Amino acid sequence: MFGELWESFTDALEGLGSVVHFLFRLVVNTPRVLLRFNLISQQIFNSGALSLIIIMLSGLFVGMVLGLQGFQLLQRFGSAESLGTAATIGLVKELGPVVTALLFAGRAGTALASELGLMRATDQLSAMEMMAVDPIQRVVVPRFLGGVIAMPLLAAIFSVIGIYGAQLVGVQIMGVDSGSFWSQMRHAVSLTDVTEGIAKSFAFGVACSLIAVYQGYYATPTAEGVGRATTSTVVTSAVVILFLDYLITAAFL
Amino acid sequence: MRKSRTLNLGTGSFVLLGFAALFFLTTQTTSRGLPIFGPPVYEVIAKFDNIGDLKVGAPVSMSGVEVGRVAKIDFDSNDYKAVVLLRLNARYNKIPTDSDASIYTQGLLGGKFIGLTAGGADTYIKDKGQIDFTQSAFVLENLIGQVLANFTKSKADSLSPAPADPKATEKTK
Repeated sequence: MFGELWESFTDALEGLGSVVHFLFRLVVNTPRVLLRFNLISQQIFNSGALSLIIIMLSGLFVGMVLGLQGFQLLQRFGSAESLGTAATIGLVKELGPVVTALLFAGRAGTALASELGLMRATDQLSAMEMMAVDPIQRVVVPRFLGGVIAMPLLAAIFSVIGIYGAQLVGVQIMGVDSGSFWSQMRHAVSLTDVTEGIAKSFAFGVACSLIAVYQGYYATPTAEGVGRATTSTVVTSAVVILFLDYLITAAFL
Repeated sequence: MRKSRTLNLGTGSFVLLGFAALFFLTTQTTSRGLPIFGPPVYEVIAKFDNIGDLKVGAPVSMSGVEVGRVAKIDFDSNDYKAVVLLRLNARYNKIPTDSDASIYTQGLLGGKFIGLTAGGADTYIKDKGQIDFTQSAFVLENLIGQVLANFTKSKADSLSPAPADPKATEKTK
C-alpha cells in the first residue's frame, strides 16, 4: 500500500523531469528550426488558422453571454453603463486566454498528439532517425513553435470577437448607451490588463503545445496508446492551464 | 508550389488577423487610444472649483447628446481651480459664449460627465476659447455635511426656518 503510493509519486516526478528535459531539447533545437520558416508557417496554419472558426464562434457566444449576464447584474446597481468595462476586463484578462487555451487543447493539441503518436506507431519517427533526419528538428519543434505563435493570436481574436458580442447584446439589444460602453471601458481598462492577457495566452500556448507534442512523441506505439496520449493531452492541458492561470493572476496583482 | 502558396496565404491572413486583434486590444479598449480615426475637433477650456471624480475621456453632452469628450484635466495653482480641457466635435461649433458647463453624475454610481447648457449670446465659442460659467461637481459628502448643518441649526433656533437659498450657479471669473 505505502510502497505503491511511493512508486506512483516517483513515477509522477520522473514524468515531470522528462517533460522538462524534453522542453530543454526543444529550446536547444529552436534556433536551427527558425531558419526553415516554411515548416513553422505550415504548423501555424494547422494549429492557428484551422482553429479560427471554433475560436471565433465561441468568442462570440461567450461575449454575448457576458453581455446578458453583466447587464442583468449591473442593472441592479444602476450602473449598466459599466458593462463595457466588466465584459472587456473579464474577456481580456481571464476568459479570453483560458477558454481559448482549453479550446486550443481540444482542437489543436489533440491533433498534434494523435499525429505524432501515429507517426510513432507506424515507425515514421524511427525511419527518419535511420535517414539521419532528427525527428525533433524536422517534426516536433515546428509543431511546438507553431502552437506557441498561434495561441496568443487566437486569444486576442477571441477577446475582440467577445467584446463585440457583449456590445451586440448590451448596446443593440439591451439598450446600454454605446458612447458610455466604449468610453467607460477605455478609461477603466489599463494596458497592464491587456499585457496580463497576452502573458497568460503565451504561457498557455507553451504549456499546451509542450504537453501535446510530449504526449504524442512518447505515446505507446499502439492504437490504444495513441488514444490514451490524446486523452491525457486534453486532461493534463486543462489542469495545467487553470493552475498557470492562478499563478500568473497572482503574479500580476 | 501552388499548394504552398495557398498555405502561406492562409497562414499570413491568420497572423495578420491576430495582430490586428492585438492592436485593437491595446489601442481601442485602453485609454492609450490613437485619436487618428476621430472626426475634426476643437478645444475649449472650463475652470471648475471642484470636479469630483471626473476623468479624462468622460463625455461632454448638450441636451443629452454627446458633443465631445474631456481631453485633459489640470490644476491652476494661481486661482486654485481645476482646468478641464474639452475636445468638442467640430460639427457642433455654434455654442454661445455665455453657455454654462456643469458636472453631472451618470446614474447613481456611474461616472461623471459634463453637461453644457446653451446661453443666449450671438457670438460662438471659438477654438481655444473658455467657458466662463461653470458649476462644480455634486459631492455627496458636502451635501450630507450641509444637510446635517442645516438640521442642527434649525433645531437650535426652531423659530426661523432653514435658509432655502442654495446658490444654483456660482459665476466664476
